[in-house]
Amino acid sequence: MAEAILEVRDLHKHYPLTQGIVFKKQVGAVRAVDGVDFDLAAGETLGIVGESGCGKSTVAKMLVNLERPTSGAIRYKGEDISRLSPRALKAVRRNIQMVFQDPYTSLNPRMTVGDIIGEPYEIHPEVAPKGSRRQKVQDLLDVVGLNPEYINRYPHQFSGGQRQRIGIARGLALQPEIIVADEPVSALDVSVQAQVVNLLDNLQTEFSLSYVFIAHDLSIVRHISDRVGVMYLGRIVEIGTDAQIYDHPTHPYTQALLSAVPVPDPEARAHRERIILTGDVPSPANIPSGCRFRTRCWKAQERCTLEVPLLAVPAVFRLTDSPAKHDSACHFAEEKQVVPPEPGADGSDGPDGAGGSGIP
Amino acid sequence: MPEQPQPFDDGRAINHTGAGGGTDLAMDEGESLEKTPGGPEGTGPDRKPRSLWSDAWHDLRRNPIFIISGLIIVFLVIISIWPQLIASGNPLDCDLSKAQEGSQPGHPFGFNGQGCDVYTRTVYGARASVQVGLFATLGVTLLGSVLGGLAGFYGGAWDGFLSRITDVFFAIPVILGGLVLLSVVSNNSVWPVIGFMVLLGWPQLSRIARGSVITVKQNDYVQAARALGASNSRMMLRHITPNALAPVIVVATIALGTYISLEATLSFLGVGLKPPTVSWGIDISSAAAYVRNAPHMLLWPSGALAITVLAFIMLGDAVRDALDPKLR
Repeated sequence: MAEAILEVRDLHKHYPLTQGIVFKKQVGAVRAVDGVDFDLAAGETLGIVGESGCGKSTVAKMLVNLERPTSGAIRYKGEDISRLSPRALKAVRRNIQMVFQDPYTSLNPRMTVGDIIGEPYEIHPEVAPKGSRRQKVQDLLDVVGLNPEYINRYPHQFSGGQRQRIGIARGLALQPEIIVADEPVSALDVSVQAQVVNLLDNLQTEFSLSYVFIAHDLSIVRHISDRVGVMYLGRIVEIGTDAQIYDHPTHPYTQALLSAVPVPDPEARAHRERIILTGDVPSPANIPSGCRFRTRCWKAQERCTLEVPLLAVPAVFRLTDSPAKHDSACHFAEEKQVVPPEPGADGSDGPDGAGGSGIP
Repeated sequence: MPEQPQPFDDGRAINHTGAGGGTDLAMDEGESLEKTPGGPEGTGPDRKPRSLWSDAWHDLRRNPIFIISGLIIVFLVIISIWPQLIASGNPLDCDLSKAQEGSQPGHPFGFNGQGCDVYTRTVYGARASVQVGLFATLGVTLLGSVLGGLAGFYGGAWDGFLSRITDVFFAIPVILGGLVLLSVVSNNSVWPVIGFMVLLGWPQLSRIARGSVITVKQNDYVQAARALGASNSRMMLRHITPNALAPVIVVATIALGTYISLEATLSFLGVGLKPPTVSWGIDISSAAAYVRNAPHMLLWPSGALAITVLAFIMLGDAVRDALDPKLR
């Protein structure tokens, strides 16, 4: 693996729960993010999946410094960006940009497209001299597949997919190295999703970007990611390359998630096993002891209550050469095939990206 | 670290594979997007599309309620600046021998209890009402939206403190407060009345502004600006204020009408404006005792007051409808 451009170590975000009106007493905390570690290599796409409320978006906000971590470190090229002075932070922001989930709320309705995409240059005037800004904005519109003549239009004159392209152009304006995309396609139509995902894919090769791609759609994450991390209740429970996660999952939560992915082949569907979890996700204000997944896990034993499983290569695979050898936070990790192997593919890559047909 | 290409520095030398499947998404050139065909702004080659404000203006120009109330207000403002345009007499030039007389040539509205010309006094009375309405609204809007907006933006202790202060002011009954506070003021001009209205009126606007700012602040475009490194003042001026302003303007316009009627109420009670200031409230107050003998003395000033208040409230309604995107 190439050198890590972004290192996240033991990241926590706790929101205090208080009681009382005048004298606020902290009675607990919502542990939205509770010990997340990962590395992002230059030019790589790290997908993060997980169900609603597992802390994916909070991680994204901390990466772009919209939220301050309660503890832990986010190191960009070795420098902890969560503890910077405002001036130093502004410089770092140039290199880490964000694409937002909802293209309807992420563009200011009172500004023209030219002003929206050009705003980064006003905030960081050293990136582009005044005279060249209009040209740069038009180039960006062209790069994301919009007509450069739309520069004077307002966001409400565009469709959802076009708005998301505008949001991507704004993210690219400062030529960042890392783009954090927080569910960039989940508010779009399926046909438009494919176009936007392919656009992101093309931009990555063109500008050698690194992505942290957050989504709850497993197929899209597989399509775009080099590595995938699975989050549950504020923590990454399994992380590996997309082939390791999708074809050789070892954590029971990952297996349950994958078994819920729709299978487009009716014959294969008949043979597959669906894992249906019982109960609800526990409240992040009251996380179970030991393994946080044990309350819904069919393998849970007494050890799971007492001992927190670490995110590391499980002992059973440590000395083997198995393709399932990757980090998984489970005491009883074992491989289980839940996604039927794709015909003609060896599982090393997702569906091909031609047109929009790749995404089921 | 791989070589970072410098994609934007060489002008057009970019490989445009990035367009992906998006070309079919591109809109037809212009036409389908413009809602107004023709018109001076729609014909040029580089036509400027409408913002939401100009959309609202476009709606308003076609709204008869807006046109009627707008015309009434323009007329009121003009006669409050130059009353002699339509009234040649002096409102303080009274002849007791003509007291309570009805309509006669040259004096279409008749005379009041002091023998003053009711028409002249009604025309001159517009000045006090418009002055009080406009300045009170201006003061209330500035004070309320700045305090409320800052509270909404920064939140925390300042917000909590301001919200409690707002509650205290809301608890003061307006009429009772006016009777207590204004009865100790001996100044005869409109300014003490305006000051009193600003004092009791700002909490209303401050609540609206605070709520509006909090709603806007949560939008992703404000977060996006922050992620770009925008300063607080940039976020407030470029992103929050333009988007949070609409409800404030609407409430302020409607409140303007109520301030005019509040001025009349206070003058009627004897604590607002005082003679020799000419005001509809004073005239209504002095005519009320003779309503059975000479109803015209009451009718004209109160009719003018009702029309004025109605015009401002209808204007506020029309503006709200035009600015509310959900009704579009």
